[in-house]
Amino acid sequence: MNAVTTGIAQRIGGWFSKPSETVVAAEQAALRSDRFRLEREADWKRLDAILKRMEAGRTRGLSDEDLLALPALYRTAASSLSIARETSLDAALVSYLEALTQRAWFLVYGPRASLWSWFRGFLGGGWSASVRGLGIDLLIALALMVAGTLVGWLLVASNPEWYYSLVPGGFADERVPGASKEVLRGTLFGNQDQDGMSVFAASLFSNNAQVSILCFALGFAFGLPTMLLLIHNTALLGAMLWLYHGQGLLLDFVGWLSIHGTTELFAILLAGAAGIHVGRSMAFPGNLPVMDAAAAAGRRAAQVMTGVVLMLVIAALLEGFARQLVDSTPSRLIVGTFMLVLWTGYFFAFRRGVR
Amino acid sequence: MAFALKIPFRRRGETQTGPIRSDGDKRRRMVVSPEGVPIPFMLASRGSRAAALFLDLLMIFGAIIGSTLILAWIADGIGFDFDKEDGPAGRAMQALLIVWVVAMFLFRNAWFLFFELGPRGATPGKRICGIRVAARARGVNGGRLTTEAVIARNLVRDIELFMPLIFFISASVEGGDTEMAGWAGLGWFLIFALFPFFNRDRLRCGDMIAGTWVVEAPKTKLETALSVGEAARGRSQATGAQYKFSDADLAIYGEYELQVLERVLRENRADGMRDVTEAICRKIDWSAGAGDERAFLEAYYAQLRARLETGMRFGKRKADKHSGGA
Repeated sequence: MNAVTTGIAQRIGGWFSKPSETVVAAEQAALRSDRFRLEREADWKRLDAILKRMEAGRTRGLSDEDLLALPALYRTAASSLSIARETSLDAALVSYLEALTQRAWFLVYGPRASLWSWFRGFLGGGWSASVRGLGIDLLIALALMVAGTLVGWLLVASNPEWYYSLVPGGFADERVPGASKEVLRGTLFGNQDQDGMSVFAASLFSNNAQVSILCFALGFAFGLPTMLLLIHNTALLGAMLWLYHGQGLLLDFVGWLSIHGTTELFAILLAGAAGIHVGRSMAFPGNLPVMDAAAAAGRRAAQVMTGVVLMLVIAALLEGFARQLVDSTPSRLIVGTFMLVLWTGYFFAFRRGVR
Repeated sequence: MAFALKIPFRRRGETQTGPIRSDGDKRRRMVVSPEGVPIPFMLASRGSRAAALFLDLLMIFGAIIGSTLILAWIADGIGFDFDKEDGPAGRAMQALLIVWVVAMFLFRNAWFLFFELGPRGATPGKRICGIRVAARARGVNGGRLTTEAVIARNLVRDIELFMPLIFFISASVEGGDTEMAGWAGLGWFLIFALFPFFNRDRLRCGDMIAGTWVVEAPKTKLETALSVGEAARGRSQATGAQYKFSDADLAIYGEYELQVLERVLRENRADGMRDVTEAICRKIDWSAGAGDERAFLEAYYAQLRARLETGMRFGKRKADKHSGGA
């Protein structure tokens, strides 16, 4: 008797090599709740081992049987927890089962897919769907950008001094009010032989991406800072447009800008719309609690923002290379328009049943 | 005050004020899993979150320094010359510079993203502090942590954390008013750093927008059962004495005391067990011996648990020694 029971005590908490021993141990246990525990402990240990491997990122090393058993073992643990709560006063057991169920829950209902398959779904419809999901906020952002450009133009037209306060020093080297037509033309054309453009593109991307992330992230303050940022950035554009218009170079400037600008401005439009979307859903949450509305909008906007970063990579590449290589206004306009049509088509015409 | 005056008479043992909520109670959230089982989530303490963030920043900083050094070392091997841009060395330099710019961008934005999307849902700093990211419950129902949520919570981190820094640096580079910029940056930073103090679930802005929260990662160890040993059957292995308690001996304690007893047994400290043994013996009117406390307590634990669990099966629970019932 003595030897048998100490043997059991050693075996508790360890692996059972044979099911028959489990049964023996279970029959020896005095308490009904201990018998319950001993009968199921092997399952819990197995789940524990699977979870440990998965948490360490070694999912590939798992056998197919283990992977298939995971959901069933998870439900076993969950139901064991329910039973243990009602029948057992072993606090250690209940808290172990709580932890085990929670860990399994995190994995069974974790981020659904690998980053790669998420990315495929993202390109194959998820992105354009969430862009369309922004709805009216796209129009609001567009209206703000147009208004910002107009304001910039009108301000500088009424008083050229505004130019200096709108355009930061780094931008406006020789492009200032009163610059001659040749100087301005020189900034637009004839830079093919410039080198170091790839570095320029990379830093441009980094900078633009940071600005657009800011544009989105400021949305939490009910979208107001986002709107201001949109207006401010496009006012700069309006001022530049006015400058080149003064020397009759408006179309050339638009061409120079459009080659990457259609992509970049579109990306900023999306980032702004995403920010406004979050802000608006917090200000007007509708039937949902504010927090839930913010969370739903935030997730949609995050998907848009991932796309924005991608668009900015493309814009930076266009700006760094294509603008220097394509040196005439009509062909620049063609590239720019092509990109615009491409993006618009992708976002609004490309509909596939996602989810 | 008015409330206290209203009920001057009350049953002895009933405390008038509600139970004092400990820190653990305040942080506990019961969330119902999709299978309908309530599972407790412990919100991470603000201290451990701050520590995790600090560790992560330290690691990011180290990674940035390290990668910069490596790239500089490679560049040194190529030979610094930005002037000869057409030569192969110049092109290699350009490539290195691009790698550097992209790496900086990734360290700043993708560190948190990459790790929080993993199976542990935690960055290295969070793992060290024993916390992880989880989807916030909507009402009582737990949700699924999605990729988009993790992206959203980390995009917002950018303005919470890095914005004031950039703000300050750009002001000092452009020769602006650094003092003003410093104060503004500090104010900005404080608004976001103190945000978790002003809501119940300790969310920072990013958590709020993404629908996530940060919880303690569940512990993993299963303690051995206390009630299956020889001593639990009532026989001491040290002295061979038999401990058998009568119904009246067991009826005085409830579930709360059982759990205290379990904790004492698991801690297994001699003086703690002696104190508890004496307290129990006083209560049930046994004369307390010495030297065999553990066997005595294990026997009492097993028999008390058996009694209480039997009561449980019949729907009669006894929460603690003050309550009636089984």
